[in-house]
Parts: sequence; C-alpha cells; structure tokens
Amino acid sequence: MRDRLHLTVDRIKCDGRGLCAELLPELIRLDDWGYPILANASIPEHLLPLAQRAVEDCPVLAIAIRRTAAVKQ
Amino acid sequence: MTRLHAPDVMSPLPRAGGELIDAIQRAGLVGRGGAGFPTAVKWRAVAERSRGQAVIVVNGAEGEPQSKKDRVLMSMRPHLVLDGAFLAAHVLHARRVVLYIGERHDAARAAMLRALAERPDHDRRITSLVSAPARYVAGHEAAAIHMINEGVATPTTAPPYPFERGVDGAPTLVQNVETLAHVALVARTGMPSSTSLITMAGAVAHPGVIEVESGMTIGGAIERAGGAAASARAVLVGGYFGSWVDMQRGWNISLDPAALRQQSLGLGCGVIGVLSHGRCPVCETAGIMRYLAGESSAQCGPCFFGLRALADAVTRIAESGTNGQDLDRLRRWTVDVTGRGACRHPDGAVIFLQSSLQVFADEFARHPAHGLRRTA
Repeated sequence: MRDRLHLTVDRIKCDGRGLCAELLPELIRLDDWGYPILANASIPEHLLPLAQRAVEDCPVLAIAIRRTAAVKQ
Repeated sequence: MTRLHAPDVMSPLPRAGGELIDAIQRAGLVGRGGAGFPTAVKWRAVAERSRGQAVIVVNGAEGEPQSKKDRVLMSMRPHLVLDGAFLAAHVLHARRVVLYIGERHDAARAAMLRALAERPDHDRRITSLVSAPARYVAGHEAAAIHMINEGVATPTTAPPYPFERGVDGAPTLVQNVETLAHVALVARTGMPSSTSLITMAGAVAHPGVIEVESGMTIGGAIERAGGAAASARAVLVGGYFGSWVDMQRGWNISLDPAALRQQSLGLGCGVIGVLSHGRCPVCETAGIMRYLAGESSAQCGPCFFGLRALADAVTRIAESGTNGQDLDRLRRWTVDVTGRGACRHPDGAVIFLQSSLQVFADEFARHPAHGLRRTA
C-alpha cells in the first residue's frame, strides 16, 4: 500500500495571506479571519502539482506536505 | 489527608532503574498538570533518547487562576516533589534539573529552595530555578522549554516534541509537581497512587485544596469543602479547560480518570468549581472566555482572532440579550477553531464553551439584556 500525502500548516508561521486557499480550494478554505482550514483528507494524485505550488508560493513558508505511512484497513 | 500532611522529610531515595517505569505504568499514573498523559509513556520516550543528556523540568508554573494545589504541595511537601524529580533524573540519566515555578508562588518557591539546600551536593549542582510568568499558557510544556531556553514563555510548533528536543536541545521531561510527588510515592511503596489533590473553588463553604481518595464523588468532595448551597446549579470540572456539569448529574460521578472519561469529563488540573448561587452562567461564561482569549499567546491566528470573536459573541449575549446570529456564530466558530493552534489553548477554551452552551442551553436561548459591567 502506498504512503499517503497530507497538507500541514505551521500555525505559528501562518500569517493568513490566503494564497493557499486560492490555489487549492478543493483542500483548503479560509475561516472568518482569513486563516486556512485544511481538509481532513489525503491529497489526491491530480491535485499534487497544485499542492506543491501552495507549499512553494506561501510567502511565509507555513505550508508543508507530510507523508504518513499507509495504514492497512 | 495522609500524604499531603505527612511530615516532609528527606529520606534516602529507593534505588531505582527501569523497573520504576514499570511500577509507574502498573500504578496507572497519568499527568496531573491538566493533559492527563500516561507518565510511563513519557518517561520511556525520554529514556530511549537520553544518553546521559536528558533534562528534567519540574513544572510548578500553575497558571490556572483557580488552581492552588501545586503551590500548596510545593509549600508543604517540597521534598516529596524533589524526590520524584531526582528519581526521574536518576532513572532517565539526566544531566540537568530545572525547577520551573510560577513567579507569584513565593511561599512555594521558598519552600522548594529550602528543601533543595538540604539535598546532597550532586543534586544541588545539577539544579537551577527558572520563574514561570503568571500567564495561563506558561505551564504548557513547550512554553516551559521555550522560557528556559529563550526567556519567552510561549508554545512552539511541534514536532520537535520535548522528548526529542527540549531544554538545551536535549531530550526533556516536563512533569507536573504533583505527578512527581506520586512518582516518589510509587517508588517508596510500589503501590498505585490512591489519592489526588483537588482545588475546591467557587461557591463552597471552604474553598481550598483537599486530598481525595480515588472513588470519591464530586458530591463527596463538595461536602468535604463544607458543602454548597442546595440551589447550586452546576459545577465546573477540570478548571477553565474543563467542562460544566449539571449539579444533579455531577454529584455522584467519581473523581477518577476512568469514571470521568466515561462521562466525557476529565480531572484536568484538578479544579472543581461550584457555580455561585445567583450568578448568571452566561455572564460567568463570558468572563471566563474573555480571560482565555486574553491569555492566547497571540501566535496562531485561529486562536488569537477566534477566541476573541467567541468571547465577544458570548459577551454580546450576556450584555445585550440572546440573539440568534451570535448563537449561530458560536456554533460555527467552536468547530472552526478546534485543533488549529500550535498548542491546545484554543481547544481547551472551546471544550469549556461547548459544555457551557450545552449545560446552560436554556439560559443561552433566553438570556435577558443584563447590561452587566465587565468583570474581566
């Protein structure tokens, strides 16, 4: 079974610029104060390039992609 | 009250190695600082990585305004706390011990330093004192490490966890003072700890710290504190990160971790607060939420802005009366804020608020405009 990839955000670094939610509305929405709420799901293959861009374009480098070992059902 | 009031003398520590960790596990000891994390698991994580470099932080910050039990323990039984600390230092091969004591806990600090002066040379040489600022989050373990390392008592992003990289970058055990006292008792007797320290607060006849046998009910503890008015409506179990329980429902619940968990409650930092007779629960909730919002370390947006918005919404209901818009916002924001801080400050505040919305649903649904003065 393949490892799963998840988005994570460093809450202390995050400034609420909101770029990530514009790039990846499928997985990220903003709360009423402009801070990202991440979907509680792994990143589907077809969104991986956009997730990658969200990581690279975050002005404060708060977003990361983490690998979690696949758990057998 | 056998343990807390026993004479506090230093006696030779029992020799201990890894088997002490097994004994702690058999005793079922969990942290008494608030999080209730299993102590043996924490010790093993540090033991595996120590290589003679570990640091022990004796956490006597006690930042919860209602809680007094840690400073009472440090004042009355400082050697028992130090026994636990130096047992930890020995078993985990620690290089350094830091006494991290709330800056306003003068009697506790004095007693701990007096007791430290009576310890053997080696113990004194590896021990230092750092004062914890009088802030709610200062007792959080990452905040304690941050304070000791950098002089700033705010939580940091995890990982790295304290057992990986803490004080001086070394594997670090941050342990509440009451937990350490229990470790010392387990080491001496090999027996599970049968008591815990509880701070009785609010509308009881004699507020203060009591030591209760496990199995004692909330009602029993209230009676030990001289009782409460028959009309007392609810009790706050676990302090400001705890939950309100209707008094009738709460009276017979046992104050042990398993029984509390069954009721979705927790002992937290061990505060039992009885809602004062005649105090409006909505206004009380507003005051506590404003306090918790003000105690955010202002590092994470959802906590800083979210708790403030929640506190403002509860305050509007308290001052200007119930309105559906704010009730809707409370429901939405409590979900949005949860789990979105570097530490669990926002989560604790939300757990408290959600219990309030549930237990005082009638009061929240029909709150009149009080126009009360702000208390916090």
